[in-house]
Amino acid sequence: MKNRTEANPLDSEYTLFLGCTVPVRALNYEISARKVAKHLGLHLFDVPDFSCCGYPIKSIHRYAYLLMAARNLALAEKKGLPLCTLCSACCGSLTEANHEIQGDEKLRKRINEDLSKWLGLHYEGGIQVTHYIRALDQEVVRKKISKQVQINLSSLRVAPHYGCHYIKPSTIYHRKENPEDPKSLDELIKATGAQSVQYEDKLQCCGGGVLAMDEQVALAMAHKKLDHLRLQQADAMILICPFCNIMYEGNQRKIEKVYQTEYKLPILYYPQLLGLALGLEPDELGMKMNRVRTTELVKKINGRTD
Amino acid sequence: MKNNEPYLIIKSMIDSKTFDPNFKFLIASEPGGENIKKCFSCGTCTAGCPVREVTEHYNPRRIIRMAILGMKKEVLSSLFIWLCSSCYTCFERCPQNVKIPELMNAIKNIAVREGYLPSSMKSQLDLLASFGRLLEVTDFENEKRKESNLPLLQGRTEDSKKILSNLGLHREEQDRG
Repeated sequence: MKNRTEANPLDSEYTLFLGCTVPVRALNYEISARKVAKHLGLHLFDVPDFSCCGYPIKSIHRYAYLLMAARNLALAEKKGLPLCTLCSACCGSLTEANHEIQGDEKLRKRINEDLSKWLGLHYEGGIQVTHYIRALDQEVVRKKISKQVQINLSSLRVAPHYGCHYIKPSTIYHRKENPEDPKSLDELIKATGAQSVQYEDKLQCCGGGVLAMDEQVALAMAHKKLDHLRLQQADAMILICPFCNIMYEGNQRKIEKVYQTEYKLPILYYPQLLGLALGLEPDELGMKMNRVRTTELVKKINGRTD
Repeated sequence: MKNNEPYLIIKSMIDSKTFDPNFKFLIASEPGGENIKKCFSCGTCTAGCPVREVTEHYNPRRIIRMAILGMKKEVLSSLFIWLCSSCYTCFERCPQNVKIPELMNAIKNIAVREGYLPSSMKSQLDLLASFGRLLEVTDFENEKRKESNLPLLQGRTEDSKKILSNLGLHREEQDRG
């Protein structure tokens, strides 16, 4: 079985896990992620019958969540490649389930009994789960990025939003980065040439996790961050999770209405920013699908390079 | 679930005779709830909680204290347990490793078994059983994907339904679409 480790980062093949939101609501993330990966020599393979990662059902029935995650891991294991996700909640959910299944023999046995009886599947525990951004956040890839940057983005001041499940709980990620002071997204932004804006509540949650339960609470959470970013006059916010996007872009208009304010803050997925730096056209990066217009932002880049 | 006051507000003195002293043991035996008894109510969780920052209805320290006291019905029936956004800030900071998001999850799993399943969660469950995903992939979505040169997705998967049905979480008549 081919499997990646931190010590062997040159390998560049992954199975891509899309989850529920990306392939339906965040095509611009998927398009740009695939485009940029191809550009940098990362190969992403598809498994059409992947289902939900299991995360939404964790609060209802924990074992059902583990089984749903295990089903996806079992399908990935057939491919023999590490799994990389675009959604941070999928990453957290699959990493945690994987961790538990790998570390608990009794649980692994029970899960495999049910997987085999109900679905004819088996999961040995040999798959590594990672986030698409982690696949980019390797020294070799970052060096490649720096070498291949063609467009000068230094006029752009963009704000990284790490979200939660990309870094926490840090135990399941073997504390790859300090959950109180993560650096990877800042570094990846700097690798594109753009400036990474620091702002109050940088690590705050988007509120997406409570959107279904209490919309006003979720909107209030997202509103605070949008306010802080306006103070910093950031050109855009950079995301790595489709659920954070639902809060900051999908609900931006609604927040503007509820709080009688105006942001018009462009929200980009990191691979869109990276793609612009690599010289790809905005259209190739699905920028037309961004709900908050990015025309001014693109103009600003062109003004600098013309 | 009928609930006029979704987030419990205690207006009068609580009566210890109504407490269920076994509640904390029930939680501790649920996966994720193991460390509940280690909580010494320091409030680090609440101090850094982004939900608490915008609403008084969610206060993890208070919920844990109520659970340890044995206020079983109050805790399980209030929607406040469903307000944790699972950001894991408290998980990282708790000096007693109470793993609060996992603990809330354990409490929610118990609440569901006791018949307290919020309607929005019930909808998610039905969607997962019917489509294997939270968002249905129809020909329309696949057409859009085709236009963008993205690989097509399988419309629905029966596997999720099999898992949920076998665990008693879904019945045929609850199918959607």
